[in-house]
Amino acid sequence: MPVVPPVDTPDAPATPEVRRRGLGGYFLLMPGGVWLALFFLVPTVTLVATSLYDPSGSLELGYQMTWHWQNYPDAISGYSSQIVRSLVYALIATVGCLVLGYPLAYAIAFKAGRWKNLMLVAVIAPFFTSFLVRTLSWQYLLADNEWLVSTLRNIGLIGADTHLINTPFSVVAGLTYNFLPFFVLPLYASLEKIDQRLVEAAEDLYASPFTAFRKVTLPLSMPGLVAGTLLTFIPAAGDYINAELLGSPTTRMVGNEIQDLFYAGDYPAASALSVSLMVAIVVMVAIYVRRSGTEDLV
Amino acid sequence: MREVGDLVLGNLTKRYGGFTAVEALDLTVPQGSFFALLGPSGCGKTTTLRMVAGLETPTAGSVRLGDDDITALKPYRRPVNTVFQSYALFPHLTVHDNVAFGPRRQGKKELKAEVARVLELVELGDLARRKPAQLSGGQQQRVALARALINQPQVLLLDEPLGALDLKLRRTMQLELKRIQTDVGITFVHVTHDQEEAMTMADTVAVMNQGRIEQLGPPEQLYDLPSTTFVANFLGRSNLLAGSVTSSGADGVWVKVDGAEVRAPRARASAAEGEVWVGVRPEKVHLRTPGEETPAAMNTLRGGTVSDVGFVGVSTEYIVTTTAGHDLMVFEQNHTSERRFRPGDEVDLHWSPDHTFLLDAAQDAKAGTEIEGA
Amino acid sequence: MRGALDWLGRHLVLIIGLLVLLYMALPVFVVVLMSFNAPASRNSYTFDGFTLHNWTNICEPYQLCSSVSLSLQIALLATLLATLLGTLMAFAMVRHRFRGRSSASVFIFLPMATPEIVLGSSLLALFVSAGLAGQLGFWTIFVAHVMFCLSFVVVTVKARLAGMDPRLEQAAADLYANEWHTFWRVSFPLVFPGILSAALLSFSLSFDDFIITNLNAGQEVTFPMFVWGAATKGIPPQINVIGTIMFVLALTIVVVGELGSRRRVRPA
Repeated sequence: MPVVPPVDTPDAPATPEVRRRGLGGYFLLMPGGVWLALFFLVPTVTLVATSLYDPSGSLELGYQMTWHWQNYPDAISGYSSQIVRSLVYALIATVGCLVLGYPLAYAIAFKAGRWKNLMLVAVIAPFFTSFLVRTLSWQYLLADNEWLVSTLRNIGLIGADTHLINTPFSVVAGLTYNFLPFFVLPLYASLEKIDQRLVEAAEDLYASPFTAFRKVTLPLSMPGLVAGTLLTFIPAAGDYINAELLGSPTTRMVGNEIQDLFYAGDYPAASALSVSLMVAIVVMVAIYVRRSGTEDLV
Repeated sequence: MREVGDLVLGNLTKRYGGFTAVEALDLTVPQGSFFALLGPSGCGKTTTLRMVAGLETPTAGSVRLGDDDITALKPYRRPVNTVFQSYALFPHLTVHDNVAFGPRRQGKKELKAEVARVLELVELGDLARRKPAQLSGGQQQRVALARALINQPQVLLLDEPLGALDLKLRRTMQLELKRIQTDVGITFVHVTHDQEEAMTMADTVAVMNQGRIEQLGPPEQLYDLPSTTFVANFLGRSNLLAGSVTSSGADGVWVKVDGAEVRAPRARASAAEGEVWVGVRPEKVHLRTPGEETPAAMNTLRGGTVSDVGFVGVSTEYIVTTTAGHDLMVFEQNHTSERRFRPGDEVDLHWSPDHTFLLDAAQDAKAGTEIEGA
Repeated sequence: MRGALDWLGRHLVLIIGLLVLLYMALPVFVVVLMSFNAPASRNSYTFDGFTLHNWTNICEPYQLCSSVSLSLQIALLATLLATLLGTLMAFAMVRHRFRGRSSASVFIFLPMATPEIVLGSSLLALFVSAGLAGQLGFWTIFVAHVMFCLSFVVVTVKARLAGMDPRLEQAAADLYANEWHTFWRVSFPLVFPGILSAALLSFSLSFDDFIITNLNAGQEVTFPMFVWGAATKGIPPQINVIGTIMFVLALTIVVVGELGSRRRVRPA
């Protein structure tokens, strides 16, 4: 098989589960677990701690931990529009991925036949040219005097004055583009597991192909769909590359602000903004996962 | 550890939390015999097998092979090999490498001749270079067998190995396995839920139910004289009529049943007083038109009515309702092509006391009759 | 006409899928095209003329090759460690039973579900608090990369491992293979494609990472960082050469791997 999708949605294996008891599991888990604890868990705590430092400190002079909760309202009110914009862009991008990605995943899973592996490779291949290099290409493609925009203008799809580059459109288009593989692959993994005989049974019971899709395939693809949307929405909300390369000062996302705050040395504010973003995402994700009913994702 | 010996299970028990899969099992499998563990799914037969293989650890009890106690040994230290229900052939190895796997782990090197010999034994000689995915179900099953046999284990365990095969192939493989066992002389322990399979192949059958052995012995013995209602119903089919013992003496045990008196020899009565089940196999019961002479000394029930007739080719299966309202199954071989009886006909039933068995009425008459999974 | 419409209806989803694939491939064409570009000026990013100059003078721009070399080194090391640790974890999660297994599962998933800006900033916060603000560089980048690659490796290997029949390991034990032999001769060969995919994925993620790296790199410059810097200063076309090379290389590996597994399935 070609490169395996980065996230597989869990399903009970068809073969019986056999597990060894005892301490072996802990030993195997320990090295990686320690690494994650040290470099993921502890930093998260540190981030929260940093967000409560007194904002008057600096890298040279050091920081004082004063439980300065005020950092949060300051950060949120100061950058509320960027936060909202980030969440909105991420949401639209996720919907875009859904619209483009579901048919693609479906086509690969059910309609591709012997081209299946080739198509999967085609999904992942663009991923190998650097993320930034690809995004720069979009800068080129969407530029005002290049062939794409000229052609669209000539056909009359867009007005002579409308720009595609440096607009919210280009930022969202970039986000959609960059996260499409992350949406398609888990969804594909889920779709692939669906037993086609269930669809046949539905059609035997008087369901039209579309109804069979709606009532059988779609619900069964939910784990992959949920995983895909999460793996798209969450990183997209925190992205700033697309906003920087394809956007304008009016399309700045919260990621841009956090980055700049760190550069400026304002660590407490940057951390507070970071944590706020995380909380906003977690809340939205929790609601979403609760409503779609798939608790166990991995 | 090369001396051969009997396989002895002593007080073998397996509990999972609150659920007891195998309860205090005592069993001796004589060396070189073909032994069948028979029972419905969930009765504990596979768990028992896995404890012998070392793939499950007993909660209590012991597994002994000859003079050696192998209870605590890891599977790879036991001179025991398994043919798995799913075959479990290694998909990334060829047939040759699958079969050579065991000997290689034990350090043997020059294996081509040995592998060829074993593959000949299971009649797969020219498939050594193939991979399991390229074989049919029957061929895979033989590879699994060869892979186990080449190690010349003291005991070969077979976990429902024929379950995935279609009927005709299964019949063929049953004979094959029996032939191989006789040729090779190794102890075979065969686990199955198919009572016909067990009776066809085994020298000794142990019927298991809910973690316990109900009865153990040669198939004919189990069939002829079941000691529990479960065995009576699970092995073939039985009629069980409720009755009460009237007297017991040298000539046998007399039981009042459905208004008549029937007799069973003392040796065939597990219960000889009070309420009992009177048991007789359907093929041992004969039908006569009422009033006809019945041979002397037969157990006779008169005045029955035929309520159902089923033609099965080789035989006809009747259901006869007695005067007391009980249903009896009767199988008659079709010696002639003429219809003997029709629904509604009045008939007399008789059968020999030597075909009668008595069981304690405390036992559940429905035990062993449930269709699996229904 | 009827026939054509029918054909369209039945193949609609496939056609849409192919169009989406085309859309995904579009920038790649641009990258390859631009690698042959002779830009009119430093700041122009339009196709001005064809040249092979970029391919023959790849290291012409200052720091380009050193940044690529740095990215490759880090990616290689991080992939090695992440694949090793991640594979061990995957085995623990699938083949072992222990208390807290489902919590561990969630814990491993978390880094994948955290925006890079948060991962990067929290690591920076850690390094600063530990007084390492002046020591940001190769090893801080390395640490960060292993961290975020781990989860992806675990999930990928887990998927492959979970699909492997555990009864095969029992069969091996039954056939005199001790724990090491069982792993080495049965589990590992069967799981290996998954491990390889995980390694490839990890390498790509590491080589390509920008946001986390940027925050924790100190004075070092990785390839994505170089591109980012170039976006403001003037984009040398050699960037697209590197992009094209990476693309072709990775594609070759995947295709060769695919053909290799196809050949193994053919009957001997």
